[in-house]
Amino acid sequence: MAEVLVYVDHVDGAVRKPTLELLTLARRIGDPVAVALGNGAADTAATLAEHGAVKVLTHDASEYAEYLVVPKVDALQAAHEAVSPVAVLVPSSTEGKEIAARLALRLGSGIITDAVDLEAGDEGPVATQSVFAASYTTKSRVTKGTPVITVKPNSAAVESAPAAGAVEALSVTFSEKATGTRITGRTPRESTGRPELTEAAIVVSGGRGVNGAENFSIIEALADELGAAVGASRAAVDAGWYPHTNQVGQTGKSVSPQLYIASGISGAIQHRAGMQTSKTIVAINKDPEAPIFELVDYGVVGDLFDVVPQLTEEIRTRKG
Amino acid sequence: MSLRIVVTVKYVPDATGDRHFADDLTVDRDDVDGLLSELDEYAVEQALQISENSDDDVEITVLTVGPEDAKDALRKALSMGADKAIHVEDDDLHGTDAIGTSLVLAKAIEKAGYDLVISGMASTDGTMGVVPALLAERLGVPQVTLLSEVSVEDGVVKGRRDGDTASEQLEASLPAVVSVTDQSGEARYPSFKGIMAAKKKPVESWDLSDLDIDEDEVGLEGAYTTVDAATERPARTAGTIVKDEGEGGKQLAEFLASQKFI
Ligand SMILES: Cc1cc2nc3c(=O)[nH]c(=O)nc-3n(C[C@H](O)[C@H](O)[C@@H](O)COP(=O)(O)OP(=O)(O)OC[C@H]3O[C@@H](n4cnc5c(N)ncnc54)[C@H](O)[C@@H]3O)c2cc1C
Ligand SMILES: Cc1cc2nc3c(=O)[nH]c(=O)nc-3n(C[C@H](O)[C@H](O)[C@H](O)COP(=O)(O)OP(=O)(O)OC[C@H]3O[C@@H](n4cnc5c(N)ncnc54)[C@H](O)[C@@H]3O)c2cc1C
Repeated sequence: MAEVLVYVDHVDGAVRKPTLELLTLARRIGDPVAVALGNGAADTAATLAEHGAVKVLTHDASEYAEYLVVPKVDALQAAHEAVSPVAVLVPSSTEGKEIAARLALRLGSGIITDAVDLEAGDEGPVATQSVFAASYTTKSRVTKGTPVITVKPNSAAVESAPAAGAVEALSVTFSEKATGTRITGRTPRESTGRPELTEAAIVVSGGRGVNGAENFSIIEALADELGAAVGASRAAVDAGWYPHTNQVGQTGKSVSPQLYIASGISGAIQHRAGMQTSKTIVAINKDPEAPIFELVDYGVVGDLFDVVPQLTEEIRTRKG
Repeated sequence: MSLRIVVTVKYVPDATGDRHFADDLTVDRDDVDGLLSELDEYAVEQALQISENSDDDVEITVLTVGPEDAKDALRKALSMGADKAIHVEDDDLHGTDAIGTSLVLAKAIEKAGYDLVISGMASTDGTMGVVPALLAERLGVPQVTLLSEVSVEDGVVKGRRDGDTASEQLEASLPAVVSVTDQSGEARYPSFKGIMAAKKKPVESWDLSDLDIDEDEVGLEGAYTTVDAATERPARTAGTIVKDEGEGGKQLAEFLASQKFI
């Protein structure tokens, strides 16, 4: 069967969930061959095999941590030469999109970004995209070269599908340009213990209505009761109440959870762009005219300082 | 010393208007108002700040690839303080994809001459966030992208990139391609003086032949991707909305339970 390259997003060998979702989608098109790079690359193999990777190509070198993006492009290009796949799938992170774009250009291929679904078609993989702040759904195809497609988190269910997952060392020669952009320092993000925002099944977000950094504790308390990630609007982030890494929207993270709860958020187009594909949307806002109510499955017109703690308490009671 | 900065700016349909697709499945640009992609204002702003903080002679050129009306985006950037503008316009560009757009931009940047290219993090219509990386690949220079902080000194560009798992400090020698996020610093409003001055600033117009690009390398014909269908998302069925009269949180819990979230 035809092979499909899947770029593995991992942190020191721990595979991130969007990559496992890609393996599910890849199996619709062919046999997934995973490419894992950098520190801990070989440690990813067992997890990848469990989710359908027939082969895992690994390569570690200090270049991946010391220089931006290009070393990874060189490696994917080497993998493409070694395997001759029918498609290359990359998780739609900001870095993933950059890697995919440069690879596509080198391969003489087209690129599709932010696919939310993928299926096999007569003329190659067909990608579904959700565009213009999710007001349109498009079906697109790459018509030249090996299709390079980036896929958004939460676009497929993770399925277990045991496969061989044979580890093979990938041989990579770095290009002259690989060392162009030096990474001179790195401050890892501290873990909050909550799920990763883009991967979470439930996201609880707060906006300007939360009215202060200290008040975000009531948003966090609800999130913890639901096992959810915490998001914020740009207004809340710009005010310094919550870190930018938690911003949901056009210039923040785009999320697509099973449940999205917006508290004190008006629903500006740039915020919608990042959450409109959520399966179930709930809002709490004291203004009945807030545009967010146009999107909701369930809305409460009321003061979030009354509604959110009561909701948290009620969930606690129900859980017993 | 002199520093030549080219800022790429895109003309996009207004996101607060009704954006839609035309019959050929390209973006309908006739029926909606367009403007300078808001995220490119941050790129113009950083170019202006680099210029203001520099002892060198800095020349800022703004560059757009787009239809006739895209001149509006150039005017806005000029009124913010850029020195001159280049408009690449050609009927054959209609329907160009990201790979093709990056070809046209790269050729124009080379023709204009540059030490530093500054782009926005993503356009507000295509929102792919790939053009800066594509430009770096085409121009064969370092990409220093998604910066929330940027500075240029002695031929070196430095910046901070806030990623998913870490915040990184980056560094590269010029020439280079930079992209900046909306965390890089609020973009200035054009002053009245700036708006008046912009009217006198030069705007060059180039077409594909000026850039030695064949018509079949761009446009729908030359595209590496095709859109087979575009359907408007059906309006959401109206949700349940309740007014909190003391029990709002409990009612919401009931809804969440009915949906099996608790
Ligand atoms: C809804 C939608 C979906 C699309 N999907 C795809 C797709 O999957 N694959 C594909 O190949 N094409 C796609 N396109 C076309 C593609 O978006 C455009 O061809 C394009 O200009 C490059 O992508 P971008 O606008 O997303 O730019 P981004 O990569 O998001 O832009 C980053 C920066 O590049 C600069 N820039 C981008 N375009 C221009 C320009 N014309 N003039 C000057 N500077 C510019 C700006 O500084 C901008 O801030 C899509 C377009 C739309 C409207
Ligand atoms: C280029 C660009 C990019 C952007 N990117 C993003 C982005 O990624 N993400 C994003 O979110 N925004 C983004 N924005 C900003 C966006 O336009 C809005 O300004 C922002 O989303 C507003 O945040 P908000 O809803 O929290 O605040 P507001 O719009 O001020 O809304 C606050 C809401 O809280 C309600 N409220 C107040 N007090 C209470 C209370 N006690 N109880 C209940 N409700 C209450 C109010 O009724 C109101 O509806 C961007 C803007 C631009 C120009």
